Amino acid sequence: MLQNAWLIPLFPLLSFIVLTAFRRHTGRLAAVIGLAATGASLLMALMVFAEQWQGNSFKAEITWLEIGDKIITMGYEVNPLNALMLVIVTLVSFLVHLYSKGYMEGDSRISVFYAYLGLFTFAMLGLVLSPNLLQVYIFWELVGLGSFLLIGYYYFKPEAKAAAKKAFIMTRIGDVGLFIGIILLFWQTGSFEYDEIFKAVANQEISQTMITLTALLVFVGAIGKSGQLPLHTWLPDAMEGPTPVSALIHAATMVAAGVYLVASAFPLFEASQTALTTVAAVGGATAIFAASIGLMQKDIKRVLAYSTVSQLGYMMLALGSAGYTAGIFHLTTHAFFKALLFLAAGSVIHAVHTQNIEEMGGLWKKLRLTGPLFLIGALAISGFPLLSGFFSKDEILAAVYADGRYGLFVLALIAAFMTSFYMFRLFFMVFSGQPRSKQDGVHESGWTMTLPMIVLGVLAVVAGYVNTPWFGTFLNDYLAQGPVELAHEHHGPLWIPIAATTVSLLGILLAYLMYAKKSLSRDWLSRSFPSVSDIIYNKWFVDEAYEATFIKGTKAASCGGTLIDRYIVEGAAEGTVSAVQLLAKSGNKVQDGKVQTYGTVVILGLAVIFAVVALTGGYFS
Amino acid sequence: MSSVPLSMYLMLALILFCIGLFGALTKKNAVIVLISIELMLNAVNINLVAFSKYSLHPGLSGQIFTLFTIAVAAAEAAVGLAILIALYRNRPTVSVDEMDTMKH
Repeated sequence: MLQNAWLIPLFPLLSFIVLTAFRRHTGRLAAVIGLAATGASLLMALMVFAEQWQGNSFKAEITWLEIGDKIITMGYEVNPLNALMLVIVTLVSFLVHLYSKGYMEGDSRISVFYAYLGLFTFAMLGLVLSPNLLQVYIFWELVGLGSFLLIGYYYFKPEAKAAAKKAFIMTRIGDVGLFIGIILLFWQTGSFEYDEIFKAVANQEISQTMITLTALLVFVGAIGKSGQLPLHTWLPDAMEGPTPVSALIHAATMVAAGVYLVASAFPLFEASQTALTTVAAVGGATAIFAASIGLMQKDIKRVLAYSTVSQLGYMMLALGSAGYTAGIFHLTTHAFFKALLFLAAGSVIHAVHTQNIEEMGGLWKKLRLTGPLFLIGALAISGFPLLSGFFSKDEILAAVYADGRYGLFVLALIAAFMTSFYMFRLFFMVFSGQPRSKQDGVHESGWTMTLPMIVLGVLAVVAGYVNTPWFGTFLNDYLAQGPVELAHEHHGPLWIPIAATTVSLLGILLAYLMYAKKSLSRDWLSRSFPSVSDIIYNKWFVDEAYEATFIKGTKAASCGGTLIDRYIVEGAAEGTVSAVQLLAKSGNKVQDGKVQTYGTVVILGLAVIFAVVALTGGYFS
Repeated sequence: MSSVPLSMYLMLALILFCIGLFGALTKKNAVIVLISIELMLNAVNINLVAFSKYSLHPGLSGQIFTLFTIAVAAAEAAVGLAILIALYRNRPTVSVDEMDTMKH
């Protein structure tokens, strides 16, 4: 089965091609084609995963290019990490395809939508299967393209158009870093292959500075894709896309690509303490920064978007603290519960036709399925005991603590508190109390939308048990078969899970008191610290700062460039033109058809020749 | 008899040639232009005759050449006048200015 793994990405590609070629004729069939393709991928991914579980890795390559003595290959590889990713991506993609059938009902461009979904799924699966960095980079860009197309799906909305462009440009900034990193690695090791690079790193064939530099550059790519500080601003704006897209791309898969990249290049990072510290610091800072913004957002999808940024920060923090398993573990559980939350949010939006949580309320009784499922997701992300998020978050905290990064540990705890607070603020504002605006015809969504949520809900509950301190660390044992050396298992002291549970319960309690029971006024905090709340409400003015510096700066530079172009470059061009024209005009005047003029010219020319010969001392000398 | 030096003959020929050239290039009347050309030919004839007498190897060839030139000039004048008359039949003018069909 493993040797057929290359087929997995081809099914969605096939669906993309078919849907693009016959988009006028597919109509309602589009969903069926998309579902069949991703369903086939999912089945194959599960089989690959089952085989991989027994510890077989597989790698196949063909020569693509020969440049001198360098051989560049193309191929695919199955190892524990990417087999797991394959399952996550195909599963979430399949569920999102199913969900979209209900959510996008009646959209006239449904086949285009499914075509884009197929393209994106293909790119993501290709990225996961890539055995070398060049191939990773190709699919990395394709993933970016898929994201761009899907964010801008409602291209007639100016916000969606702007958001798509923003996402494309912001991630491209990171991609440049990744590209330079890949080139440097090729220069140093002569290969794009992960194996070769890791071997060179292990044998210390590369200088320490170069390792640090390349690791940081690769991490810049991950920063862009995974929405880490300071390139995170595109991710919340990406919520302009359809909600299933947000669930698939901006929660479960594409944004995890950055984390996946760091994880798959982990030996490189491990070789440099500076790189690890940077990853951990950026991750920790992003976790708390994004969580703080999430506290005050009013758009249901934006809260979830900031929560995604924050959780991705958590994963980076885990990887930076050498918690390889912890990071991958959280990636897995997060994919499930965040996709669940987004799909549930989509179901809510589908029911009430607004995204503003101020206009919702009292939906618990009306959405009998979505409500409890959203609650499960919220509990899981908050780290409520015995749900998946609890185990993975605990693992991260233990890894950070074991690595001795106590400052970041405290940050992570505070971020955990904020997470549970904003999640339950969201939950209570949407589902409890009385409706705050007129809600007509609110009803539960159809089975195509609820079934994926139920599957994800079950997974959000049980996914944590693949790696627990009590029943066994299956995931860690499984990942240990991979190329990454990970002997160290973090069994932190018992007080860590207790502390984590306490802060998350405190967050839930605070949200309950403020938004459900209303015994605390909703704005008691913002009234006590008006300036702080103002900063947070405006997302720390990051967008404004970029506007004032980079955008204004670029505009000023381009104005200068325009001036140079207009007056210097064009001036030179115009000057040349008019000089030639002048010459041509005088030449033209000579050709007036009169013999006498021609004669004059001949005589003048003769005179010039005489003058030249006389001045240079004679022709014959 | 031979008190006039060669340079004087050459100077005379030069002046004559320049007058002829000036006339050929500036005069409007086609007949005058033809006369000017004759003037330039005669300047050349003076040169030839002068060199046949005063050059390092004096001889008769220069004078014979001059006779040829005069004969050719006469023929040329006849052809030139014939062309002029032919032109005049097509276009009632002898002004060289207006004969600019070479540009087309």
